[in-house]
Parts: sequence; structure tokens; C-alpha cells
Amino acid sequence: MFDLLKEIFSYPFMLRAFLVGTPVALCASLLGVSLVLKRYAMIGDGLSHVGFGALAVAAALNASPMIVSIPIVIIAAFFLLRLSENSKIKGDSAISLISTGSLAIGVMVISLSTGMNTDVNNYLFGSILSMTQSDVILSLVLSTVVIILFILSYNRIFAVTFDENFAKATGTNTEGFNMIIAFLTALVIVVGMRLMGALLITSLIVFPALTSMRLAKRFLTVTLNSALVSIICLWLGLIFSYVYSTPAGASIVVCNIIAFAIYSIIQKIRETMIREK
Amino acid sequence: MSLITCKNLSFEYDGIPAVKNINFSVSDGDYLCVVGENGTGKSTLIKGLLRLKKPFQGEIILDNQLSADAIGYLPQQTIIQKDFPASVYEVVLSGCLNSLGLKPFFTRKEKNIAKNNMEKLGIKQIKNTCYRDLSGGQQQRVLLARALCATKKIIVLDEPVSGLDPIVTQELYELIHHINLVHKITIVMVSHDIKAAIKYASHILHLHNKQLFFGTTKDYLQSDIGQKFAGELNV
Repeated sequence: MFDLLKEIFSYPFMLRAFLVGTPVALCASLLGVSLVLKRYAMIGDGLSHVGFGALAVAAALNASPMIVSIPIVIIAAFFLLRLSENSKIKGDSAISLISTGSLAIGVMVISLSTGMNTDVNNYLFGSILSMTQSDVILSLVLSTVVIILFILSYNRIFAVTFDENFAKATGTNTEGFNMIIAFLTALVIVVGMRLMGALLITSLIVFPALTSMRLAKRFLTVTLNSALVSIICLWLGLIFSYVYSTPAGASIVVCNIIAFAIYSIIQKIRETMIREK
Repeated sequence: MSLITCKNLSFEYDGIPAVKNINFSVSDGDYLCVVGENGTGKSTLIKGLLRLKKPFQGEIILDNQLSADAIGYLPQQTIIQKDFPASVYEVVLSGCLNSLGLKPFFTRKEKNIAKNNMEKLGIKQIKNTCYRDLSGGQQQRVLLARALCATKKIIVLDEPVSGLDPIVTQELYELIHHINLVHKITIVMVSHDIKAAIKYASHILHLHNKQLFFGTTKDYLQSDIGQKFAGELNV
């Protein structure tokens, strides 16, 4: 096992994948708890598709992928948040429109500029080879921002997630904190998308939160537990992907599925034990 | 001394008037029950008092010592809360958020307030239990404790007993009565349970898209509208 890890880390691209992936997994899982509980998980999905479109446009313009996609995805995040809060427009179908729309635009841009090639595949399903030195730095910087903002607003995020009306009535700026959540989610998605792929990045947000909700009974334990599960699944997924040459994103999601299954089984056993008592 | 005074208050939803021309005031120590059938503007009025909804016309005047974010609120339960993983203590403590100002974290002071309020409502022994595992009555106690954390003066309750069985309903009414009498917290409660309103409240506001009655419970029973509604119940 030790030799394997030594071998993995001797490759710079694997080291970069771990360095980008770990903080992304951590941030995604922290935000995921709130997004899942607020029934906003679909926003993450919509954003990743917008991110795909932005990456395609960036590639066609020969611009830096991050610099183009970060502002676009942040704007989309605020927009999607508005849609979900506005009951006049059906939020979920509006998100579907936007996500399939941006996917189509992305594919069109790619096929008209460079032609459909392996790039599309990499954007959709992620690639650990695409990570550069500047990606690592950007990812570490953005993740630090996300973690600091999350810790500072933790108590407010809890209040806004549990009961938005109460929080608003007692003077918490709920719109502001919803925007912070959307802003942080956009950052996480842009950074994580190239490793995980546009189609799979939402799994980092949804899976760890749902997994730890099987067992944890406090908001704080749910949050900490999903951070832990998320990071472990990412590491195992990357190692698996190296050993069996499978795509990194999909391997990480499979690890998350297994973790979810294990937690669900423990939950079932626990429930039957309580009932028999 | 009146904590809240409403003058010629009207609310609209998308241009359709929900409730109009409301005039009433709540004084320190009052127990006001807002009664009326479903869809007659009770919840809208409450949203207005809490500044969740802007009045279309008229004004809400708050007493100087009562800032808008010092009103405790017990909202109707949302679907999100039904399966929410949070301990009782976490939920109650979140009520102290408005006294935090710009500080990011709770201090010993807020934690003590939360503990005291859990004690007051008899939920201290379940402080580590998960909110979603509680019975409906216990959940309401937790939300009431949270509301108490947010205020020293007044609590607004929106249909606090809906979905509870008769015994638990009775307990909760007694508890609210106790908070009003012993802890001197002013109560504004929305309810369609006129019988309980007459039993506990000091004042009644009867709405039916407009104001049908406002005054003391005693006067309500003498009034035509009070006779009509309460009479059917043989109170």
C-alpha cells in the first residue's frame, strides 16, 4: 500500500489531482449539506452545465478557462437562485432549460471551432491530466476563501437553512446568505469541474451530505462527517482510478455510491435494533 | 403602553387585496388572538408584523424599545424541517442569532439564554435529541424556546397547534398562557380555534378579509359577531 502511494505521488499529475481534489471535495461537501436540505441540489447541476458551456467558449476564444468560466458561473448562480425563490416560474423546469441550453451551446461552440474531439469528453467526464500548476494554486486559494467564509457564516447558514422565515423575521439578512451560498457553490463547481467533469461534479455536493444524513443527528456532525466522507471517497477514487486506469470523476462517484450504501445499511440495522428493544 | 400599533393596514397579493383596513394595537403583557377562517388574511397580517411582507397601505408603528428583529416568531412548520438533522440545542440556540450583531460565533451569554429557555419549556433533557425524531408537540416546544431566545418582549405564533392531538394542544395552550402570565411575554397568536382564543386571550382580533372586531375578549363575547361565532360553541 505504501509503495503504491509512493508510486502515485511520484507522478506530478497525480499529485496535482490530489491537491486540487481534496480542497474541492471538502468545500463541496460543506456547502452540500445546506444545498441538499434547502432542496437546492438541482442548482449545482444547472451550474455545472453552465460551466461546461463557459469552458467551451473559453477554449474557442483561446482564453484562460478559469477566468472565463468563474464570472459566468457566478452570474448563473445568482440567476438560478432567483428562479428557485420565485414561485411564479417553476424552478426545476427553468433549471432544466438553462442546463440543457448551455450544454447544447457548449457542444455547438466546440464543434464549430475545434471540432468534436477528446476535449469534449474531458469537459464532460473530467480528466486528471488537464490539471496545471496554476489550477492547483487557484484551487487552493478559492478553497481557502470558501472554507473561511463558510466557518464565519456557519451559524447563519444553519439558521437560514433550517428556517428561512424565522431567520428573516428576526433580522438575519437571508437574501445575503443565500447569495453567499450560491457564490461559494459557483466557485466550487468551477474549480472541481475539470477534475470531476461537468456531468459528475454535482455528486460531490449531493452524495456526502445525503450519506452522513443517514446516521448523523446533529447539523454539526452532519457537516463534519460529510467533509470526512467526501475526502476519503475522493482519495480512494483517485487511487482506484490510477490502479485500474478508470476515469477519475466516475471512480470517485462510485466510491461515494458505496459509502452511501454502507451508511444506509448501518441506518437500517440501527433502526431495527431500536424497534426490537 | 402599546408595543405595536397598526393603522389602516392593508395587504395585497399580486394586486388582489388580501385583507384591508386593519386598526389595532398590542400593549405590553397582552395576549392577542387573531381569529378567522382559513384564507381570510391572518397569516398575511402576521407576515406584515414581522416585516416579511410590505403593507400595501397604512402603517405599523413599533414601540421604541421593540426593534423589528426583537420579535420572537413561531412559524408554521415547513417540509424542510420534517427530516432536518439538527439537535434540539442547535435549533434553540439559532434563535439567539439576532443578538449576535456582527460576531460570527455564539458566546457563553447566548448559550446560557438557550439553556434557560430549554429549562423553561421542559425540553432540557432532550437537548441532544434530533429534531426530526421528536413528536409534534415536542417540536413546537423547541420552536417556542427558539422564539423566546429571539425576544424579551413579544412572541408571534402562527397556528401553533395545527396537527397536534387534543391533549398536546391543551398542554401547549397552557404553556403559552404560562409564558404570558409568568414571564410577562406579550403574545400575538393566529388561530382558527375560537374556543381556545376566548379561554386564554385577553384581546381578540377577528378578520374576514377586513376587520370584523377588535377589543377585549369580554367585549367580543358581548358583540354581535362574537355572539354569532362563540354562541355556536356554547361557551
